[in-house]
Amino acid sequence: MTERKISIGFPGAQKEITVEVPEGTPPPWDLKSAHTVVGTDVTRVDGAEKVTGRAKYTYDLNLPGMLHGRILRSPHPAAVVKKVDISAAARMPGVKAIVLAFDEGQIGTKRVRYAGDEILALAADTPAHAEEAIRAVKVEYETLPFVVDLDEAEREGAPQVYKDQPNVKPGRPRGNADEAAKRIAAAAVAVEATFRTQVQTHSPLETHGHVIMPDGEGLKVWASTQGVFSVRDGLAGNLGLKPEQVRVITEYMGGGFGAKFGPRAEGVLCAKLARKAGAPVKLMLDRKEEHLAAGNRPNSRQEVKAGADKDGKLVGIIVRTRGTGGVGGGAGCTIPAIYDFPEDGIYKEEADVHTNAGAAAAMRAPGHPQGIFALEQTMDMLAHELGLDPLEFRMRNDSDPIRREQYKIGAKRIGWASRRNKTPGAGTGHLRRGIGMASTLWYAAGGRQARADVEIHRDGTVVLMQGAQDIGTGFKTAIAAVVAEELGLKPSNISVKTGDTRLGYGPGSGGSTTTPTVAPAVREAAYAAKLKVFEAAAAFFKSKPEHLRAADGMIWVEDGSGAGAENRKSLSWKQACALLPADKVTGSADRRPNTEGFRNTTAGVQFAEVEVDIETGIVRVIKVVAVQDAGLTLNTLAAKSQIAGGVIQGVSFALFEDRIMDRARGLMVNPNFMDYKIAGPADCPEIEPVVFQVANGKNSVGAMGLGESPVIPTPAAIANAIFNATGARVFELPMTPDRVLAALQKKGGEKSA
Amino acid sequence: MSSLPEFEYATPATPAEAAALLGPDWTDTVVYAGGMDLLDLMKERITAPKRLVNIKKCDALRFIRTDDDGALRLGALVTLAEIAASDTVRTAHPALAQAAGLAATPQVRNMATLGGNLCQRPRCWYLRSEDFPCLRKGGDRCYAKEGENRYHAIFTEGEPCVIVHPSATAVALSALGAEIKVLSKGGATRTIPMAEFFLTSSQNLQRENVLKPDDLIVEVSVPGAARGLRSHYIKLREKQSYDWPLADVAVAARLEGATVRDPRIVLGSAAPVPHRAAKAEEFLANKPLTEENAARAGELAVEGAKPLAQNGYKVTLYKVIVRRALMALAGGEEGRS
Ligand SMILES: Cc1cc2nc3c(=O)[nH]c(=O)nc-3n(C[C@H](O)[C@H](O)[C@H](O)COP(=O)(O)OP(=O)(O)OC[C@H]3O[C@@H](n4cnc5c(N)ncnc54)[C@H](O)[C@@H]3O)c2cc1C
Repeated sequence: MTERKISIGFPGAQKEITVEVPEGTPPPWDLKSAHTVVGTDVTRVDGAEKVTGRAKYTYDLNLPGMLHGRILRSPHPAAVVKKVDISAAARMPGVKAIVLAFDEGQIGTKRVRYAGDEILALAADTPAHAEEAIRAVKVEYETLPFVVDLDEAEREGAPQVYKDQPNVKPGRPRGNADEAAKRIAAAAVAVEATFRTQVQTHSPLETHGHVIMPDGEGLKVWASTQGVFSVRDGLAGNLGLKPEQVRVITEYMGGGFGAKFGPRAEGVLCAKLARKAGAPVKLMLDRKEEHLAAGNRPNSRQEVKAGADKDGKLVGIIVRTRGTGGVGGGAGCTIPAIYDFPEDGIYKEEADVHTNAGAAAAMRAPGHPQGIFALEQTMDMLAHELGLDPLEFRMRNDSDPIRREQYKIGAKRIGWASRRNKTPGAGTGHLRRGIGMASTLWYAAGGRQARADVEIHRDGTVVLMQGAQDIGTGFKTAIAAVVAEELGLKPSNISVKTGDTRLGYGPGSGGSTTTPTVAPAVREAAYAAKLKVFEAAAAFFKSKPEHLRAADGMIWVEDGSGAGAENRKSLSWKQACALLPADKVTGSADRRPNTEGFRNTTAGVQFAEVEVDIETGIVRVIKVVAVQDAGLTLNTLAAKSQIAGGVIQGVSFALFEDRIMDRARGLMVNPNFMDYKIAGPADCPEIEPVVFQVANGKNSVGAMGLGESPVIPTPAAIANAIFNATGARVFELPMTPDRVLAALQKKGGEKSA
Repeated sequence: MSSLPEFEYATPATPAEAAALLGPDWTDTVVYAGGMDLLDLMKERITAPKRLVNIKKCDALRFIRTDDDGALRLGALVTLAEIAASDTVRTAHPALAQAAGLAATPQVRNMATLGGNLCQRPRCWYLRSEDFPCLRKGGDRCYAKEGENRYHAIFTEGEPCVIVHPSATAVALSALGAEIKVLSKGGATRTIPMAEFFLTSSQNLQRENVLKPDDLIVEVSVPGAARGLRSHYIKLREKQSYDWPLADVAVAARLEGATVRDPRIVLGSAAPVPHRAAKAEEFLANKPLTEENAARAGELAVEGAKPLAQNGYKVTLYKVIVRRALMALAGGEEGRS
């Protein structure tokens, strides 16, 4: 162990801390590190494969003798499965295997709880044969009363989704309701409103699914997943295998957004079909199944009361939220601790309400976009009541050093001072512009388990091996950049192997933690491997390994003179590797726990400009400035693209997406991409991503996660911008023309009243 | 569901051969043009014809020309993209070019044909799902009436089913007084005025137009543009990337100075057929084209509307776009879609 001083934070808010650096590991990157790769725009190492179509996704795989699986799903929102007759299906052309989704003994009593619940799966030689065979299965159902609507499910006497549980499952309240109410009652200004958000489906371009091949006693699995190791363990557990008998591979992945962990029902069915048929089976969900049964962001109804004193300081907030995750849970809405409410002024109570609809799954910043939609509009309403500029109001109530900087940057770039309507709705004509803002925070320093191995071969080849999957975030490129930085090479010089349970353990891609978890282990593995090259080269330089330095593809003795490789005795990377005593050397490292750092959370702010047609209620988002911190950013190009992706998904959630259920039949009416509307190119605003670098410390890299945070504030910023443009506030997502028109009419009514 | 049921397939080279292959009823043989609608309906198992007659090789059906009589004639296989890009159409009948150009996506417009656009089935989500045995599929109820009807008809009086007609070109062509030329199996041709082509749900619950199973649309003609004829089409949609209209309208009229002659106002996505706003037309005829008159025409255009529980907002939208489209005729405020 050696002690070392590092400086963390960002210029203007620098902090010196002392950290212990274990033997054989590099000193942490900090504000003073001079990087040549990390923190620059690095093009994706697999970009060419993806845009040329050479990249093979799970969906693209076709193995010799492969069968095609399909799932039969309940057409009823609530029913008992009385009889399942597969005799005709089994005789259909090409059918090789049929497996039930539940124990045979359950037939007669098995309850299905949403339209889309799995009944059975079969595999046939072609997709068409599989589909015809599915249609030949005869199932007898006894239908039961059901409920698909949040408000209806809460009512006394509503049909119960689970036989022996009420639909409403209250969570543990937080804070003291009376105390908070007292404070709000005594406040100089108080506001009260109910906000609603809709159910959003994850809608990844690549649907859920697997290709599974029997492999001896075990299985070889290609999965469209966010967690190869969780698929491995889930399949092993379900099929009575040892984890090492199951190999899971995810080389390319077409999006997940939180819904792709573990094998899930379709993965287990696919594995069973493959074993039964003794052949590889591909089972990918179609778009309708994806909407019905592959997860969603629960809806919410949030009743909020808040108050502030005459100096514009927040005094209290009461939030009561309910939401439905269908047959699943997790409908809580986080109203995160962004602003400085006094601790005993906060009261929060939330409940999950079950309905007969597909189960929720974690979705990009679970609970946050919903909660922020309510919180940030509440903030604007308070500012309005106080007659304060909403930005000034936030400055008075946000002590976060990073966001305080970000507010200034964002305000300047959007033209807050000059372009915002001082009086909301002050413009003329039918097209009204306005500006609004909202903030975000996230927790993503990483730190769970991960192991990385870096091989350096005698010919100079560098191979980085890490089992976690790149789900499209650019994880592969980020860790290649880390190795390149450490070895003084270019990211394209590093061959990266990821997404394979045969490689070192890596976390599931959730909570924005994959890169911050894995990158430190990767750096330390690269460092360890580099030391081995230095050992081999030390004799040549007649120096000690620890005095060598690698940069710009060269190795030389660093004597502190500052002279570069060109002015001294040096070896090229290849020449140095040729001196290795063996074919290859390997550096390995496990993720160590985080130590002290600058912060545990990341910060961001977004400013949106919208244009509202006040005669039709149609909203266009003109521009979004998104200032976001992700700790020490490994690849700014990918960071900007993550931010843009978050904003686009936020716009889509704000204005369009909505899982629409028919209440009479309990079925989703828009399980496709025609009627389930997602923002397209013409709906995307100009996006100005601003990467706000913060050297975070905590580990040898100091990176923080970025996947989720940028989606959080967009809908709220848009809602606040609509208010600034029109003077009308929309309390419900999506903010479609009918809702905007209704809000405008209500405002008109108030005026004339 | 994703795969097609089995069917037979024929590819005739001429309209006459194509018509000769057509059968006695819809479950037997259907015309297959761009396939943008038909194949989806087959995949969803809403229709399952035994045989498809692919007319894409009938090159005689691909033309856009203006004849000596001044009429604009378009072959049934002309694509929406071709209509939108045609200088001939854009100059003589801007509303038609606008309607075609604002429909669907660039990729769909490259495949979608005029004949297919006129004959496509409604987009009602209850009709399009095999999960709902609705009236139009032989069931016993219209699910939209009491259900999820934010995009459905507002002119619902007397309609057992509240679909809206999906065709954008039909809205423009109705305002332009077009005619449809049909060739039938026996070789006979006949001409159907636009106003008589579509069927309300009270007239027919299974079909949206008067074609017989062995009819082939060969041509659409728009009568010679009288001097001073102007037209304009506006479509409002939630998404600006492809989306079906919340409300659309085509207006056509001659302007003599500021005076409106022979106005035609047709609302799309408002009723099971393109909806002619007769009262508004009557009001506007021979009046000066002013904001006030245009706004009044907008009010009159929605008279008689009986919106459903979720689509009252559409009434507001039509008032706005009728006014805007009329004012666009004057070359004033550009109607925004
Ligand atoms: C994503 C998407 C968005 C869309 N948005 C819009 C929109 O905004 N506005 C709009 O208007 N449309 C829209 N459409 C519909 C599209 O324009 C129509 O599906 C298309 O025009 C149909 O033309 P087609 O040539 O592909 O017809 P096909 O699918 O081949 O045929 C459709 C029907 O017409 C019949 N038919 C075709 N040609 C003839 C003929 N010559 N004689 C007799 N019968 C014939 C067929 O038998 C069939 O019943 C959209 C479609 C998609 C997929």
